[in-house]
Amino acid sequence: MQNNIIFSAQNINKFFGHGRKRVCAVNDVSFDITDGEIVSIVGGSGCGKSVLAKIMLGLYSPESGSFLYKGKPIVNTRDHWNEVQSVFQDPFGCFNQFFSIRTQLKDAFGILKNKPSKQEVDKRVDEALLAVNVKPADIEGKYPFELSGGQMQRMLLARIFALKPKVLIADEPTSMVDACVRANILDYLMKLKVELGMTIVFVTHDIGLAYYVSDRIFIMNDAKIVEAGRPEDVTQNPKSPHTVRLLEDIPDINREWIKK
Amino acid sequence: MLKLLKNLIKEPMFVIGSFLFLTTILLGLLGPSLYTAVPEGGPYEAPSAAYWLGTDNLGEDYVALLLRGLQNSLYVGFMAGIIATTIGTLVGLFAGFKGGIVDDILNMFTNLFIVIPSFVVLVLVSASWPEGRSLTLIAVLIGFTTWPWTARSVRAQATSLRGRDHISLARINGASNLQIIFKHILPYLASYVFMVFIMQVASGILSESAISMIGLGPIGEGSTSLGVILNTAKNQSAITYGYWWGIFPAAIVITVIVFALYLLNNSMEGVFNPRLRK
Repeated sequence: MQNNIIFSAQNINKFFGHGRKRVCAVNDVSFDITDGEIVSIVGGSGCGKSVLAKIMLGLYSPESGSFLYKGKPIVNTRDHWNEVQSVFQDPFGCFNQFFSIRTQLKDAFGILKNKPSKQEVDKRVDEALLAVNVKPADIEGKYPFELSGGQMQRMLLARIFALKPKVLIADEPTSMVDACVRANILDYLMKLKVELGMTIVFVTHDIGLAYYVSDRIFIMNDAKIVEAGRPEDVTQNPKSPHTVRLLEDIPDINREWIKK
Repeated sequence: MLKLLKNLIKEPMFVIGSFLFLTTILLGLLGPSLYTAVPEGGPYEAPSAAYWLGTDNLGEDYVALLLRGLQNSLYVGFMAGIIATTIGTLVGLFAGFKGGIVDDILNMFTNLFIVIPSFVVLVLVSASWPEGRSLTLIAVLIGFTTWPWTARSVRAQATSLRGRDHISLARINGASNLQIIFKHILPYLASYVFMVFIMQVASGILSESAISMIGLGPIGEGSTSLGVILNTAKNQSAITYGYWWGIFPAAIVITVIVFALYLLNNSMEGVFNPRLRK
């Protein structure tokens, strides 16, 4: 049991700013994430879920408490990124506008310890593009500003398909794209889990989406995890008032907007 | 790129600015070699068919002097501009990107240089320089005293870029700090840095003229700059004797170059910054 724990957090805290402006972004949070599961972190804006994702990614380190990846603290971030990768929220802001998409997808291999050969990199980029249903010829010589938001988000996922990390931190990958693309992206996430056995941390503000994809859901509010459990339990028997609020906010086709 | 150029050409300020600037550059670069020296005349001869802009105190033709002065002034301006922009951009990029203690230290240095009035430093160093001051020395001095402003503005821009997602992505792609700074931050600032460079060239030319005017500019054979011409005229009391051709042409040339550079800078801002685009 102990061996397949990917992330283990014990009472971690993270603050920003100094003095009176000091804000607590993550307050005394503890959790375990095991190998191969999809965990969703759900919460409203500013609840600290993105900060938590960045801690898992190793971009931030917690100020107190212990945070372990596979039983060890994150010391060398390069080693960490070999195995833990991420998809960010804003597909337009994620790529450097001055280089072609293909160059940037190839650049991603720079993090791998055993760097594949040039032909191998080309082959893996092509495969990754096909995995997200994009013909490699379609993006040949294209620059980020020439693609749509949905395509860009797929490029970010292609990066993951190319690198094949062990863990994926998906920080609101669906919040900036339209509904069809959203369904697509969830499909790709499932594909990553099923085909590559990836552990996925899915950060979202939409508890409905989380319900569909996750094995477990953490509900965050005000820098704390207020509820954690299986999606059925969390949605059917919410214990925390914040969960109830999140559930009420799911748009419903049958519900009238204003009660007459 | 082509669209950018099209936008630029539509801007009358850019067209006028670049026309004036290119003309002065061509005159400065080719003038001295094309305009073969006219035989010396008497001191302070008034403009005539033989000497279009008259002669100076030694009877040298003013057109030839102005062309050489223009060349030297441009040299000093560009050299100072390159030095100031390079130092300022590097300091600003590192401070803005690294943040924390590196930022604090670099910022302290920048502020230290800002509070020291650069013109006073220029005067003191020039005045105490043991032997002949070359054009290059003056250019280097100007460059080393004017970089803090560039550093400040570049730092502000780099700080705002640091938190962007594409920087985070570059990081988890395994890019080193240097790669991030030069590949992922600098290109975004390139247009801005170019504009800063133009302003630094303009201020370099002005600073050189100012310091030469008070007699602390370059001395020695072949280092006649526009400022030196003004200084000579002043020393000979050209104005008092009514030798207007000793002062005005040089002053006008300085004004035209700096004006052209300001126009260029202004028009580019209108194109690079979409919010100012008409």
